[in-house]
Amino acid sequence: MKPAAFDYLAPATVREAVDALADTSRHAQVLAGGQSLMLELHYRRSRPDLVVDINRVRGLDRLDVRDGALHVGALARHRDFESPEVAPGPLGRLLSLAAHHIAHPPIRALGTMAGSLAWAHPAAEWCAMAVTLDAGIELRGPTGARVVGARDFFHGPHLTARRRQELITAVRLPLLGDTTGIGFAEHRRTQASFAVIAVMAALTVFDGVVTEARIGLANAAGTPVRAYAAERSLVGAEAARPLSGPPEHHPFARAGGIAAECDADPRARPYADVAYQRQVIAVLVGRALNQACEDLRRLSGGDRR
Amino acid sequence: MNIALTVNGRAHRLDLEPRRVLADVLREDCGLTGTHLGCEHGVCGACTVLVDGEAVRSCLLLAVQCDGRSVRTVEGLAGPDGEPHPLQRAFSAEHALQCGFCTPGFLMLAAGALESDPTIAADPERLRELLTSNLCRCTGYEPIRRAIQRALLQDTRKPPERSQTGSTAAIRPASPDQL
Ligand SMILES: Cc1cc2nc3c(=O)[nH]c(=O)nc-3n(C[C@H](O)[C@H](O)[C@H](O)COP(=O)(O)OP(=O)(O)OC[C@H]3O[C@@H](n4cnc5c(N)ncnc54)[C@H](O)[C@@H]3O)c2cc1C
Ligand code: FES
Ligand code: FES
Repeated sequence: MKPAAFDYLAPATVREAVDALADTSRHAQVLAGGQSLMLELHYRRSRPDLVVDINRVRGLDRLDVRDGALHVGALARHRDFESPEVAPGPLGRLLSLAAHHIAHPPIRALGTMAGSLAWAHPAAEWCAMAVTLDAGIELRGPTGARVVGARDFFHGPHLTARRRQELITAVRLPLLGDTTGIGFAEHRRTQASFAVIAVMAALTVFDGVVTEARIGLANAAGTPVRAYAAERSLVGAEAARPLSGPPEHHPFARAGGIAAECDADPRARPYADVAYQRQVIAVLVGRALNQACEDLRRLSGGDRR
Repeated sequence: MNIALTVNGRAHRLDLEPRRVLADVLREDCGLTGTHLGCEHGVCGACTVLVDGEAVRSCLLLAVQCDGRSVRTVEGLAGPDGEPHPLQRAFSAEHALQCGFCTPGFLMLAAGALESDPTIAADPERLRELLTSNLCRCTGYEPIRRAIQRALLQDTRKPPERSQTGSTAAIRPASPDQL
């Protein structure tokens, strides 16, 4: 189908964009990369009266590091994260690994991180990343600005804490320390498909012992999942040398099992029943943790940036 | 809504409904039917064109978003004398097309990548990642990969005359004089 008719506005400032969204008599929708919204318009699942195109808003494409966090403007594209140079240390490496798993290059040239969070697809890598890193989501509405923590932001598939009149202006991602290793593992049906399951992990280690673990799961429930139970099981555990496949009592295998059974809440899908998804989660968590260990080992081998 | 669009170097002034996507406007209003539409969902890549030098899906972009921008389609690849672009010659030499439905999209995907960073053709992993962008149901991709590599070799001997400056920026906020 072709999109139904709508009015179109391309504001030049955040204030003009927020003013356009503030008029509640009309159903207005933000257009960022358009790489999800355009599909909704084609299907006519979305029929806005007004499309507010923010692509010409000055300054929203900013990406900078300050106060211990990477500040990601609403127009930073997926492509901007392909290089690990996007942020210092482990954060840059983790974002880069994830970015290469989002769609394919032409979609990444336009799609935005903020748009992914607003869209809140359960399989979106950036949504899981936001909860894994305890990101802050900066919103601007007619009554002012506020910041919502990622763990309070996602309410369900395509449901978020964002009010309809609010614009996401930026996303704040806290940097990770140098003693943190990162890993990312995804299972998908084809290269450019959405994830069946994706797992990201950040392990902080002192003297060979895990002091902090962060594990995020994409498409393991209706909202992005933070695998808190699995994380707890790792604190104090030995950050064991990565094995090609962790044996039963290896802490990483145990964490994978806990993430799959306690943290995840998968729904049956046409090509993946619940048991299969849990199996995939357990395997991918193990792999992501192995990678994180490998990452740390490489760093202590002197390859520190 | 009135917009100005440069397509393959030619200026167009168009009066468009905002809901129309760039692919339809190129085909129906500009008469450039080389840009194909397969899925209209961003998946197949048949509609890939360059906007300000960057390969994007013209089915997932409103034409009004391109006001003041420069679009390049498969019709803009050949030289003014009709001489095929090195990529077109390489696609022919390597049998990188059979039915040809996907070809305009692959050509523009490759043109965008080679013009912004020619080293991609020499890096098997990055070239493979690039080729995951578009679908071809005939060739099995291998001849397409070879064609892009061959075009690069020819390019280094004779740079394409009509090469646009490959902008690495996506659709960025316009400069103030464009607003
Ligand atoms: C073929 C294909 C494959 C894909 N594969 C993946 C994948 O593997 N992983 C993945 O995560 N995504 C994937 N996507 C989706 C893609 O990443 C989108 O770019 C992303 O979901 C939305 O970002 P956008 O900037 O394009 O937002 P848009 O499409 O412009 O907007 C999406 C929604 O968010 C709202 N919105 C956008 N920006 C803001 C803002 N700043 N403030 C308030 N509301 C806003 C819009 O109103 C709309 O409702 C794929 C898309 C396609 C077409
Ligand atoms: S028609 Fe645009 S990607 Fe298929
Ligand atoms: S040549 Fe037929 S689809 Fe590619």
